[in-house]
Amino acid sequence: MTESKHKELKDRAFKVREHILRMSTDGGCFTGASLSCADLIVYLYSGFLNVNKDNLKDPARDYLLLSKGHDVPALYGTFVELGWMDKDRLKNHLKSNDSIYWHPNRNIPGIEFHSGSLGHLPSVGLGIAMDNRLRGLNNRVVVITGDGELDEGSVWETLHVASAYKMNNLTIVVDRNHFQANMKTEELIPLEPLADKFEAFGCAVQRVDGHDFEALENAFSALPFHKEKPSVIIADTVRGKGLPSIEARADRWFCNFKPEEVESLLKELYGEAETTLTSETLTVR
Amino acid sequence: MTTYQELIKQTALADDRYIVMTAENRAVIKELPPVLGPRFIDTGITEQTMIGMAAGLALRGRIPVCHALTTFLIYRAYEFVRTDVGIAHLPVKLSAWIAGFLSDGNGPTHQAIEDVALMRTIPGMTVFCPSDNDDMLKMLPEIWASPHPAYVRLNTRPDVYGKHTPFKTGVAEVISEGADVTILTYGMLLEETLKAVEILKNKGLSVGLLNMRSLKPVDEQAILKVAANSKLLVTVEDHFLTGGLYSIVAEVFLKNRTTADVLPMALDEKWFKPGLLSEVLKYEGFTGEQIAERILKKVGAAIPA
Repeated sequence: MTESKHKELKDRAFKVREHILRMSTDGGCFTGASLSCADLIVYLYSGFLNVNKDNLKDPARDYLLLSKGHDVPALYGTFVELGWMDKDRLKNHLKSNDSIYWHPNRNIPGIEFHSGSLGHLPSVGLGIAMDNRLRGLNNRVVVITGDGELDEGSVWETLHVASAYKMNNLTIVVDRNHFQANMKTEELIPLEPLADKFEAFGCAVQRVDGHDFEALENAFSALPFHKEKPSVIIADTVRGKGLPSIEARADRWFCNFKPEEVESLLKELYGEAETTLTSETLTVR
Repeated sequence: MTTYQELIKQTALADDRYIVMTAENRAVIKELPPVLGPRFIDTGITEQTMIGMAAGLALRGRIPVCHALTTFLIYRAYEFVRTDVGIAHLPVKLSAWIAGFLSDGNGPTHQAIEDVALMRTIPGMTVFCPSDNDDMLKMLPEIWASPHPAYVRLNTRPDVYGKHTPFKTGVAEVISEGADVTILTYGMLLEETLKAVEILKNKGLSVGLLNMRSLKPVDEQAILKVAANSKLLVTVEDHFLTGGLYSIVAEVFLKNRTTADVLPMALDEKWFKPGLLSEVLKYEGFTGEQIAERILKKVGAAIPA
């Protein structure tokens, strides 16, 4: 990766995190879960995926599906930075005059499918990938799942089927931020050894640092990892990445900050301040 | 066209948008894999994956027709039907086997007797219950060609009526009209209600019979008409009393600020006793003779013999 490309991605990721923070007030959003996959989403939309605002109806485009769903602020922030979406539109978050709410929906151009119920989009992605195969197209289908989401049996059921049909055009990316809603995954339903589990289900796996653009590029450019297997990228990430005061905290998954906290966090994002949070924490939603 | 398999084969061969899917239930489509090649997809015993996958295929312009036993197709995968097919309003077609009494000896795990209730609550989902093979073959082409998601209680039982009229979504088939009693039914119980009608006619009653066919959208005008013209309505269904035809009739009445005397025959807060279909019908009181008896008991002295 060139230095200028690396800087472009880094700058864009900062901006996306700003948008996530600005959406984390006046009703709030899933800040921690959005920040963990912000770098991943920025990377995918900055040249890797063949998708742009002018080819959103093209059957030969690549597909990104957000299966965990509550990370959609990271996607909206990316759409704004790419010029797909008007920045002011983010102010409509949770307003009934728009369709910007806590989970993705197809009223927003660029969102391929709605989600919110975990464990659904691997199978929807499998259907899209199967259609691509039937049409003789080799476009990619990338599905981002959470790690907590892997508790859902439907994820594994679909991997079983995708593997049987040798779907090498389907890629599952796990945002491995080590937390499910309220707890660390390893303290509730442990997932490790995770790569072994995917391999046992017939997938070819790579594990990378999900905040390292260079590492992401190395992994994604190697797709498909096997010509007869679905690929899985386990992206190790940090919940709340970029904001030390909320990083890797069980109680900062969904955040509804006070306006002054948002201002302080925006400074903290650029290393200019620390933030003392007094806003209510939501551990159950 | 004489069989389900032949119909779906010809439909899929004529239009490559059709994808035939099954969650390892091939009984009546077993000749299709070599004919359709990659457009025949068996996902194994994975109803959730099949429905999610069907949504993905439909998103790309395909028309997936999904096969499985009803309880697994729409109960195991209910949330996938509701969330992936329903919310996106995709033209996924659900071909559901052995619904209602047709699960005969399987036992309550296989008894789909709340299918109409569950499917009709999904916004945009359409619900159809053919009464026999001939009825089904007349109904399916329009159902599959529509842009809406559709749930169909498949029924390959031999033709019991002999002169089914062409099908139109939302229109009931009027088998007969009667001033004393009108029976409203759907699915395989048409056969028994036809027998009941003969018995009642021989007792001197004027008896109507509606084969509902389409439960959502339902033929409101047909229901209102028989309510106005018959002294007693009887709903006959192999479904829970809750949420099926009896509930639909009640909703139509409330919406239109009217009412009528209605005798419901359904499964009231109970599973049915498993056994051979003929045994089930007799034990649960749904043979033609038993239906006629229950109606005669209800009308009693009100109508002269």
